[in-house]
Amino acid sequence: MRGYSAFELIRNALSGHRLWKPVWRTPEPKKSYDVVIIGAGGHGLATAYYLAKKHRVRNIAVLEKGWLGGGNTGRNTQVIRSNYYWPQSAAFFDHSLKLYERLGHELNFNVMLSQRGVVTLAHSLHELEGIRRWANAIKINDIDSEVLTPYEVKKLMPLIDLDCRFPICGGFIQRRGGISRHDAIAWGYARAASAYGVDIIQQCEVTGFNIQSGQVTGVNTTRGTIGADKICIAVAGHTSDLAKMAGFRVPVTSMSLQAMVSEPIKPCLNTMVLSPIIHVYVSQSDRGELVIGGGADVYNSYAQRGGIPLLQENIAALLELFPAFSRLRLMRQWAGIVDVTPDTSPLMGQTPVQNLYISGGWGTGGYKAIPAGGDTMAYTIANDQPHPLIEDFGLERFKSGALIDEGAASGVSH
Amino acid sequence: MLRLSCPWCGTRDELEFSFGGEAHIMRPGLDASDAVWSDYLFNKENPKGIHYERWMHSYGCRRWFNVARDTVTHEIHAVYKMGVPKPDLAVTDRD
Repeated sequence: MRGYSAFELIRNALSGHRLWKPVWRTPEPKKSYDVVIIGAGGHGLATAYYLAKKHRVRNIAVLEKGWLGGGNTGRNTQVIRSNYYWPQSAAFFDHSLKLYERLGHELNFNVMLSQRGVVTLAHSLHELEGIRRWANAIKINDIDSEVLTPYEVKKLMPLIDLDCRFPICGGFIQRRGGISRHDAIAWGYARAASAYGVDIIQQCEVTGFNIQSGQVTGVNTTRGTIGADKICIAVAGHTSDLAKMAGFRVPVTSMSLQAMVSEPIKPCLNTMVLSPIIHVYVSQSDRGELVIGGGADVYNSYAQRGGIPLLQENIAALLELFPAFSRLRLMRQWAGIVDVTPDTSPLMGQTPVQNLYISGGWGTGGYKAIPAGGDTMAYTIANDQPHPLIEDFGLERFKSGALIDEGAASGVSH
Repeated sequence: MLRLSCPWCGTRDELEFSFGGEAHIMRPGLDASDAVWSDYLFNKENPKGIHYERWMHSYGCRRWFNVARDTVTHEIHAVYKMGVPKPDLAVTDRD
């Protein structure tokens, strides 16, 4: 693989851009692999990359039923933050944020990280008290957070209407939070993993597992049987489906989470802002589009579209905060299927089937966790024991009762 | 927008209803093991295909009822009252 650099750009510009090579290989599946990862989204590709790089596993395949990065990795609103309440989540998500901070350099791929700050709004004094407690908990976890007065909120985003239907009493900001380009994350990891010899096999759907005396030995796919010493499931909304094929049940509900973008306009909002209580979040992309999201539809769904009632709710909340946006037209609206757990924390680690691992339960917030998810799952698979950062995120917590309830603390309730 | 037929009030928009999750879950006895109890409490069927689920007509008669709905197409195959067993639908799962 040739690295990207200014010199490469000039060389290719002078040769009429005819010499660019495909950035990852398109191999035929081999008979067997040391590790097979199901799902070529951010988490699957990152896991493959760190397995190859840090644990020197060379014989890896990533199987993808559709196209690389075409699921939730390409459908999310690109938000990165680590302002979590519980120490386990804070440590895990801040590890992720730190990896994001040097990811462009590590992958030699511009991930367009923009640490523009993530502002969470409070609309009542009670909510503001909750936010103060939350912001303090984040500081105790050694992560930056600052409580804001309404005046400071207004200074950050002059277009906001502080006297809206539920007047804004303040908020808090994590300045290291922000956004990055989601396609670049998938492509960057795919390119780097492929360079280490990882086979990324698209259009290859897993239809079943081969399990012998409680131990997984391979997968059946639409492109034949593939043997594997170890297998990792990283399929977001389809986690229940794959778990069912392997013969166990998971505490997951699949739901539609939608997002939308407006037509592009000149820069007018340079932070990421979210309101948990009226339930909307918005940022402006580098192309000038407003990227808008809210809650997931309330009922189970595998349809990758969102319900109209929730879309209307999101837009109404947005226009209450920013009346100036009322003349904008929406360009696109879409949805991804998120796998929500009862405590809204991820499911990571070993499963009841030996040598079968899971990276799921990412719910509505998996994007920000991609680098740490990949790093810790690679360790877990290589050593057959959970990485210290994810020990508490295993399936066992639903038996022991040691839940990590981020439902209230993760910024947007589910 | 889903349109649900409440068995008592007739067809109304989704906005009038509240979703109650998976139907037909039986509470285990007091002697249940931790594994059985946690399975009852947390694990879900979550099928890609027909889902048997509970809804309540919150802004109407406020009564609960069951619905068999396809989670891929959102097509509603059956609406039936609480306490009635699952209807036997030919297709139960998509894949």
